[in-house]
Amino acid sequence: MEPAGLMETETPDLWQRINAVFDLQLIWNSLPALFDGLLLTIELVAISLIIGLIIAVPLAIMRASGKPWLSGPIYAYTYFFRGTPLLVQIFLIYYGLGQFQWIKHTVLWAFFREGYWCCLLAFVLNTAAYVTEIFRGAIQAVPHGEVEAAKACGMSWALRYRRIILPRALQLVLPAYSNEVIFMLQASSLASVVTLMDLTGVARVIIARSFAPYEIFITIALIYLALTYLIAWGFRAFEWQLTHHLRDRPIVSTGRRDEPKPEIPTPTPI
Amino acid sequence: MFDYKGYGHFLIEGAQMTIIVAVLAMALTIAMGLIGALGKLSRFRWARRLADLYTTIIRGVPELVLLLLIYYGGTVLLQHAAKLFGREEPIDINAFVAGVLVIGFIYGAYATETFRGAFQAVPKGQIEAAMACGMNRRQIFWRIRLPQVWRFAIPGLGNVWLVLLKATSLMSVIGVEELTRKADLAKAPTREPFTFFISAAFIYLVFTAISDYGRHWAEKRANVGVRRA
Repeated sequence: MEPAGLMETETPDLWQRINAVFDLQLIWNSLPALFDGLLLTIELVAISLIIGLIIAVPLAIMRASGKPWLSGPIYAYTYFFRGTPLLVQIFLIYYGLGQFQWIKHTVLWAFFREGYWCCLLAFVLNTAAYVTEIFRGAIQAVPHGEVEAAKACGMSWALRYRRIILPRALQLVLPAYSNEVIFMLQASSLASVVTLMDLTGVARVIIARSFAPYEIFITIALIYLALTYLIAWGFRAFEWQLTHHLRDRPIVSTGRRDEPKPEIPTPTPI
Repeated sequence: MFDYKGYGHFLIEGAQMTIIVAVLAMALTIAMGLIGALGKLSRFRWARRLADLYTTIIRGVPELVLLLLIYYGGTVLLQHAAKLFGREEPIDINAFVAGVLVIGFIYGAYATETFRGAFQAVPKGQIEAAMACGMNRRQIFWRIRLPQVWRFAIPGLGNVWLVLLKATSLMSVIGVEELTRKADLAKAPTREPFTFFISAAFIYLVFTAISDYGRHWAEKRANVGVRRA
């Protein structure tokens, strides 16, 4: 809309003046479509994180086993997926697999033909690689004395892992894992590159039609920002819950004023 | 399988471009990181607020969205601005410049935290000693703090570099002809997408491995003369 053209017919009111510079009307009209995109983003992130976690825990246990024939191949896997860009991994699956004629004749092709499944596979493999290394670090960081104590109690290998090592590792892993969740959320915007209609994908389509890039991109940037800090805050709260037994007991008016008060966790930049 | 059908030089050119954009972006990252850290540790509240705003926003928004926002949004904004001055011809932002600026700006926010930690890691006693020697704030910064900041910042900066190197692949989306884009361009004429993308992936891996080695070397080099317990 031309501001100059409006001037000739009538004096534009404030709403029209704002919309000429920053199209609020367009943002309002795009919200339903953006919401659909947001749902796909959340779906992609949630599915890949869950499957990635399920894969990563056994891999991390193998990685921490200390047996080279077991940890070696897994290290090669995590090294590849952590050392190459996610975008290349997506392209490798989305475009690359089509190079092999035999895949096209199998039932797998029904999956790999679609951007959705390719993206999901790339996300799962990528996040599983990162989470494997995060968990390996946590498993190896479980205090040695606790493991020894469990052995002394006669616990079997499986029982040790179930009762002592994994619960402890889970607690150690939380800060790093929350970063991984946020990383996945942001990385999911790459799905738009292979034409998926996630939040970024929807935004790009709206922009291609309306040619109002900064209005729409700023809007989705704010949505991502809100989600990021929501996740960060959620993990903080969860960690606070988990470490309940490790904190100082609340002080019941001992008259001492220099004791630290228990603080309510506040979200901080990740 | 590894038959490049005469398009192998695409990968080499792409790899060169990736190195160029990554190094330029890293230079900007270090500059932004230093400025951001000085802002966060500033005496002035407005500087601290501004630095906080910078890191908060950058770390909460996907790189791709910021890249597209600056590249496409910036183009439209510049056109609006040009119209105000009575110029009507279309303006194109150079993708290379936009890509380097955005990636550098984004990772500057991560480097800000690294540098802030590094500045705070310089022992207080040394600052006090410098004050006792009669140095002013500027002298303390240039002679005592800055030379030591590198030592504390190198591990963090190494991480930032590794992530930044991979993030340069995003520039392919706006058409910068770096490694990912070149592999993408070669896939159609050769009809061998897998060959080119897996080759590109291994080139990234080589860069990562070299960087890892370089980081160890830099850490060792920076800690020469530091006593270890």
